[in-house]
Amino acid sequence: MPGSRFCVVIPAKPGIQGEKRSGGLPDPRPREGDEVGRANLIGSSRDFDLSSELVGEDLACRRGERLVFRGLSLRLAAGAALVVTGANGSGKSSLLRLLATLLRPETGRLLWGGSAIAADPAPYRAVIHYLGHLDAIKPALTPRETLEFWAGQRVGRAAVGDALTALGLDRVADWPCRWLSAGQRRRLALARLVASPAPVWLLDEPAAALDSDGEGRLVTLISAHRAAGGRVVAATHQPLAIEAAGTLAIGDYTPAGVG
Amino acid sequence: MAGFFALVRRDLCLAWRQGGEIGLAVGFFVLAVVLFPFGVGPEPELLRRVSAGIIWVAALLAAVSSLDRLFAADHADGGLDLIALSPLPLEVAVLAKCLAHWLTTGLALTIVSPALAVIVDMASADMPVLVLGLLLGTPALTLIGAIGAALTLGARRPGVLSALLVLPLYLPPLIFGAGAVEAGMGGGGARAHLLLLGAFSLGALVLAPIAAAAALRDALE
Repeated sequence: MPGSRFCVVIPAKPGIQGEKRSGGLPDPRPREGDEVGRANLIGSSRDFDLSSELVGEDLACRRGERLVFRGLSLRLAAGAALVVTGANGSGKSSLLRLLATLLRPETGRLLWGGSAIAADPAPYRAVIHYLGHLDAIKPALTPRETLEFWAGQRVGRAAVGDALTALGLDRVADWPCRWLSAGQRRRLALARLVASPAPVWLLDEPAAALDSDGEGRLVTLISAHRAAGGRVVAATHQPLAIEAAGTLAIGDYTPAGVG
Repeated sequence: MAGFFALVRRDLCLAWRQGGEIGLAVGFFVLAVVLFPFGVGPEPELLRRVSAGIIWVAALLAAVSSLDRLFAADHADGGLDLIALSPLPLEVAVLAKCLAHWLTTGLALTIVSPALAVIVDMASADMPVLVLGLLLGTPALTLIGAIGAALTLGARRPGVLSALLVLPLYLPPLIFGAGAVEAGMGGGGARAHLLLLGAFSLGALVLAPIAAAAALRDALE
């Protein structure tokens, strides 16, 4: 299945600025571990397995009176990464909330493994991790308790200890979260991704408040996740060293005369 | 189901560790009741006649004052997004949060109510009806309150607004709860009031999570 392991951004309507993007996309390089993705792709596309593709068709998003973006299409296969860029307030977070099913698209639809997500969001929600710009941390709980709780709210095995280690939080694992710095809180939020596995990561400014060590850990996590067939959508305005990632400039889908 | 109990356990743990949470509702309840004898005068006859009403009104106000902690913290720190995305249906998650809220307010108020009944000079024979009434009625206060708390998420003064929304809906438990004690004073006529109180709570148990979850989904948009 050629083209199954890359992510393309297709301008749905010709004539929209986005058209120029399609030529400028970096060519996705084949990666080691390719056979993982290919093996998974053999299964039926109706199964909600690792090989399922996340497809957005002609998405538009409205917040109140304002049309944030329109005509946005994307396709995310196993191992793909998509970096969403744009100015503050351009709709990066709205796109991620929309992909997380927290916002309903004004037009267009989302498909997971060929099935419309809007019809039955539960199977899709079970395979995504949404990391918003808020950390979902209670000051009175410890990082370990926080991870145990959030991992317990999901299906599948929990690896709380591994997650704390992966983000370098071992030392503070049993402190109350109110003692954590902004960067440590971000690390704890990222640790949720490791504590319970999910093939689709939707990350809103994942590197916010992280130091260089934290950024390094984040990039490592993302590569390991993609090598195992996972996929990532990250909204960021910091340059993150995610290799062979497609980029989506959300400004290209902003209706003329708005924003 | 594990998710349900984990959510209840976490909310109880938070209420416990953040100290004040339980103490605030109970303290508010106690103070409101204690203020009444100062206002209406210490005549035992008068106090006894209005005692059930005083305790029930104070319980309603204490319940309303504690509503903002149902969803506001989870909404503010982004936890509500994750709860909405978890496999646990949002209606069930609302039920879990209501259970934790009831255990830390409704049940706590019920437990201290006999002591307050003494302050307003209620006859000891009437206390079982009062306690039973609170036990049956306070779940409805939490459940209906959850609708108000969910509807006012993101509003500028959520506490005041949800009180305005919710207090009129608290009329049936107030009427039947206080009425049960008064009917009981006549000699064992409290049964009908208590049954209606229980019926109201059961109705709220079915309908309130659905309404509150719908309001929460709207708030997350």
